Amino acid sequence: MTYILGISGLYHDSAAALIHDGDVMAAAQEERFTRQKHDARFPEHAIRYVLDEAGISLSDVDHVAFYDKPFLKFERLLETYVATAPRGFASFRVAMPIWLKEKLFLRRFLVKELQKLWPKFDMSRLLFSEHHISHAASAYYPSPFDEAVVLTIDGVGEWATTTLGIGRGSDLEILKEIHFPHSLGLLYSAFTHYTGFKVNSGEYKVMGLAPYGVPKYKDLILEKLVDVKEDGSFKLDQRYFNYTAGLTMTNNAFSKVFGERHRKPESDQLTQFHMDIAASIQAVTEEIVLRMTRAAAAEYGIENLCMAGGVALNCVANGKILRDGAFKQLWVQPAAGDAGGAIGTALAAWHQELGNPSLSHDGDQMKGAYLGPSYDTDQICAELDKLGAVYTTMTEDQMIAETAAAIANGKAVGWFQGRMEFGPRALGGRSILGDPRSPEMQKTLNLKVKYRESFRPFAPSVLREDVADWFQLDDDSPYMLIVADVAEARKKPMSAEDEALFGIDKLNVPRSEIPAVTHVDYSARIQTVHADTNPLYHRLITQFKRMTGCPVVVNTSFNVRGEPIVCTPEDAFRCFMGTEMDVLSIGNVILRKPDQDPALKEDYTSKYELD
Amino acid sequence: MSFLGELWSFLRVRKKFWLAPVFLILVIFGGLIVLSQGSAIAPFLYPLF
Repeated sequence: MTYILGISGLYHDSAAALIHDGDVMAAAQEERFTRQKHDARFPEHAIRYVLDEAGISLSDVDHVAFYDKPFLKFERLLETYVATAPRGFASFRVAMPIWLKEKLFLRRFLVKELQKLWPKFDMSRLLFSEHHISHAASAYYPSPFDEAVVLTIDGVGEWATTTLGIGRGSDLEILKEIHFPHSLGLLYSAFTHYTGFKVNSGEYKVMGLAPYGVPKYKDLILEKLVDVKEDGSFKLDQRYFNYTAGLTMTNNAFSKVFGERHRKPESDQLTQFHMDIAASIQAVTEEIVLRMTRAAAAEYGIENLCMAGGVALNCVANGKILRDGAFKQLWVQPAAGDAGGAIGTALAAWHQELGNPSLSHDGDQMKGAYLGPSYDTDQICAELDKLGAVYTTMTEDQMIAETAAAIANGKAVGWFQGRMEFGPRALGGRSILGDPRSPEMQKTLNLKVKYRESFRPFAPSVLREDVADWFQLDDDSPYMLIVADVAEARKKPMSAEDEALFGIDKLNVPRSEIPAVTHVDYSARIQTVHADTNPLYHRLITQFKRMTGCPVVVNTSFNVRGEPIVCTPEDAFRCFMGTEMDVLSIGNVILRKPDQDPALKEDYTSKYELD
Repeated sequence: MSFLGELWSFLRVRKKFWLAPVFLILVIFGGLIVLSQGSAIAPFLYPLF
């Protein structure tokens, strides 16, 4: 009976995870509890939650593992400052106070914080793993494979930005690394910054914008900014970047390459130029990742690939890896970003530090990523009563029938059921659902419910057994991390006039039987829904299919732009009242907007800082 | 003191003794910066962390 608590964060996206004899019991991100997006503080609430979920206290926990090594990071910082001196002084001035006040004394800080939960906690229980070991462990150990190539790609950890390793049984060994400042994650972030989006949250937007553009700058990027070798290893030409010595990602030389200055989000419009830039960096990313995976498959002769790190959330690239066929099977950690490091460091401690064998298992061990808090009907009703909500309690069958009917009638439906997901995607636990057949649904959800940019696509949830009928995919994609095209038979032909449209005008042309989830290039970010991991959601979509013939619903996260995904019934009710959502299904309870007291409406449009 | 011990073992394991004087000088500089300002709020930039 060994409990290991994994902690990640203190830089961004703090999270906690609890494993029991190698089994992942619970995991959650701090932002969900504090309602502060990307919350980087010590994940006190998340820790309390995972301990509560297991019904234990910190005194029952055998080890606490932290997901990276601060001294190694500091070494990288110092060596970078020495290498760039005196240019790096501005950056040095900003970084030093943080490091000298907090980060260097992390061990003591962690002990102090953990002693608030249990005063007798002492240093001997603390373990640390390297950042990319944490990512690699989160990718390999919970995967369905006994042998796999493990690829981690992100911005930067200590020194490594990309690692390639092999997992066999309970062994996981890193064989190759690419080091800072050469980083695919930072290259993508540089373009995120250049196109006027926020680093660490706008990368999805660049990926979503890419299909509107033409990758006309791909060759220029490969010629000037990044030197890619045949095996996918690469070097960034630092003359065009500013992140080693300055406080921005790119510099003037970078802007000169493309002939336009960096877009200021508050004053500059998104133009075709930015869409072409997005398409180009997406194409370069895919090129690099595909070269890496092809070379690794050829070198090691292993059929399975596991991935983690922020770049592994690039589901367009993941879809291409799968279709490329160099690896037969691909598994991506659903919390591929730093939050997933909490699971990774705990599993690394269990297998590598404590030497325990792998658990035998069918399928992966992430439990559908439903690792967060859940609420029973009594708790839900008690919270709703406190808030003055008007609701109807019913049987589960009635709730499913009513929710499916609301979706079929074009309503935007909040779906709050079971345990909250771990990772950035809502997977049918904390989702907003809609009818994918409706040509207006994408615009309605973007502008009236999510309050986000109209170019951003929505994702489909489809019954696993029906996925091949509707999409060019016949694999599991339970974590919405694979992009594939809509099936040919479901596409609608475009007129010559439609074909000639550019940029966001393309969005308004329905191009398939499910236009709300079909991007302008016919692609879709697919979640396959499985009866064994989320039976309730599976039943809902089955009922929707029975009513409409369509086994697909629109699934977007239950939040507005800039807000963390809802965690509690109270968060869900507030978001419901703050947006133009029509119906809220929460446990066996249904709330309809016209029944609610208008005085409870909140202005949500400006409540959260834009991401 | 335990911090200095940790730092020493780190330099030993990493075989980076040349970092010790750099570390000392930067800490002095850094310390001056810390003393000359109150808050430690920085713009978000990956490589700083």
